[in-house]
Amino acid sequence: MDYFLELFLGGLTRGSIYALIALGYTMVYGIIQLINFAHGEIYMIGAFTALIVISVLMSTGMNPVAVILIAGFVAVIYSCAYGFTLEKIAYKPLRNAPRLSALISAIGMSLFLQNYVLLAQTCDFLPFPNLIPDFECIEPFAHIIGSTDVVILVTTAVVMIILTILIRYTKIGKAMRATSQDRVMASLMGIDVNTVISFTFILGSATAAIGGVLIASHIGMINFYIGFIAGIKAFVAAVLGGIGSLPGAVLGGFVLGWTESFATGYISSDYEDVFAFLFLVLILIFKPSGILGRSEQSKV
Amino acid sequence: MLIIKDIHTFYGHIEALKGVTLEISEGEIVTLVGSNGAGKSTTLMSVCGISPPRTGDIHFMGIPIHNLPPHKIASLGICQVPEGRHIFPHLTVAENLDMGAFLRNDKRQVRRDVEYVFELFPVLAKRKKQSGGTLSGGEQQMLAISRAIMAKPKLLLLDEPSLGLSPLVVRQIFNIIFKINEDSRTTIFLVEQNANLALKIAHRGYVMENGKVTIADSAGNLVRNEEVKKAYLGI
Ligand SMILES: Nc1ncnc2c1ncn2[C@@H]1O[C@H](COP(=O)(O)OP(=O)(O)OP(=O)(O)O)[C@@H](O)[C@H]1O
Ligand SMILES: [Mg+2]
Repeated sequence: MDYFLELFLGGLTRGSIYALIALGYTMVYGIIQLINFAHGEIYMIGAFTALIVISVLMSTGMNPVAVILIAGFVAVIYSCAYGFTLEKIAYKPLRNAPRLSALISAIGMSLFLQNYVLLAQTCDFLPFPNLIPDFECIEPFAHIIGSTDVVILVTTAVVMIILTILIRYTKIGKAMRATSQDRVMASLMGIDVNTVISFTFILGSATAAIGGVLIASHIGMINFYIGFIAGIKAFVAAVLGGIGSLPGAVLGGFVLGWTESFATGYISSDYEDVFAFLFLVLILIFKPSGILGRSEQSKV
Repeated sequence: MLIIKDIHTFYGHIEALKGVTLEISEGEIVTLVGSNGAGKSTTLMSVCGISPPRTGDIHFMGIPIHNLPPHKIASLGICQVPEGRHIFPHLTVAENLDMGAFLRNDKRQVRRDVEYVFELFPVLAKRKKQSGGTLSGGEQQMLAISRAIMAKPKLLLLDEPSLGLSPLVVRQIFNIIFKINEDSRTTIFLVEQNANLALKIAHRGYVMENGKVTIADSAGNLVRNEEVKKAYLGI
């Protein structure tokens, strides 16, 4: 039973990270119908930024909790700047071009950012210190869940609540929903569509950066390639839940996290990555619109 | 109030507007009639900045708007009910109305205006929580007009509001267009296939053919015009 619980919670943690990254895919897709293949790289850049900030601050002997908070904050700002610039440079000029052009541009940006970090940093794995403190109160459950997992779960939950409130009740959130449903009509109602699109990229980049810092703390090492595999898995989560749907992205993340966790726990850890892709193929065959995805309904 | 001077609008290489010139004064109802593909919708989209003209000028209350992005033009007080309604399908009726008031900050008056459009179209009040995409075509048209009323525009552009509606609903919608014009002195630019009906409520009208304005006259004269009778009134 403990083993089951451990796998369950492990899957939940894993799933939270996939969900955080998947939210970015699904929001951008919802607004401009583009799979932003460079999204995983934004997450990777978040992790690298945090590592740099941590290295600098740790040498000053600052309190580790303060260090990780500052590092996380700087990572979010940096990633947002990258996400914003990415859209302006690589996608905005192609707004009215065929969709394939923007997709190719996205893949190009993904490769560019990977290699840029490879050149600027290194191709080796770098150790990422875990500065998240051990909480005494979870001591009795230490055999099934660690402090880092708890922090990941709580942070994810908070991010999701903030995001939900933002999209449901704020002016910019309403503008996002309107823009995703009918861009021309949204602009006729006075919504500045370009600002809404930029904001969406910034929001997606912020959640990706938070995910990047959390997972790097959890795993303990990073390199320039981590964005690719995490990006693909989060993409699977987004498609699984129904791309364009925010609750779908979260649900998809959890389902994928549990599948991987149980499959590696009960079957074999050698095939960890296989399951994500197996899942992707199965969804595309049997339910292309995803669990919560809506099939297009429009009246002319 | 609105002055369109010799605009040429293109879709790629296709020249949809070949020098359109027209003028609308404050408080008027002006109608634009013409056969399919004449360029009526394109004219409205040019005014709103969705399909900006390649050459020519558009002035609204003295301000040149032909180079402004759509949201800036909307913020000057121009609102369009486009052809095909364009209801936000996954927003509720109430949220759709809310989007109409996107640029307004007077919350209390907005709430009063919601009550006002619910009075105009009681069926919308009943469907308040229903998502826009699930309404019938006629209900969507009512919602589209209500949403535009919520924007409190100075100039309201209507693109074929009668399309696909039953005669009863058409009469109701035209009554309301007339009422909006009377009550709040909203200037109205009405594109309509149903020229009979449009010329009944309009003060003046323009006839468009092949991307050009061919006739401009008062509504009364247009109704008596032999050419117009033959081509657009089916008499
Ligand atoms: N998006 C577009 N791309 C290419 N050509 C277009 C586009 N929209 C309109 N056109 C062309 O521009 C011309 C004018 O079209 P417009 O929609 O303005 O006509 P309309 O007078 O509104 O006709 P209708 O009464 O059928 O609505 C037509 O020849 C049409 O084929
Ligand atoms: Mg038309």
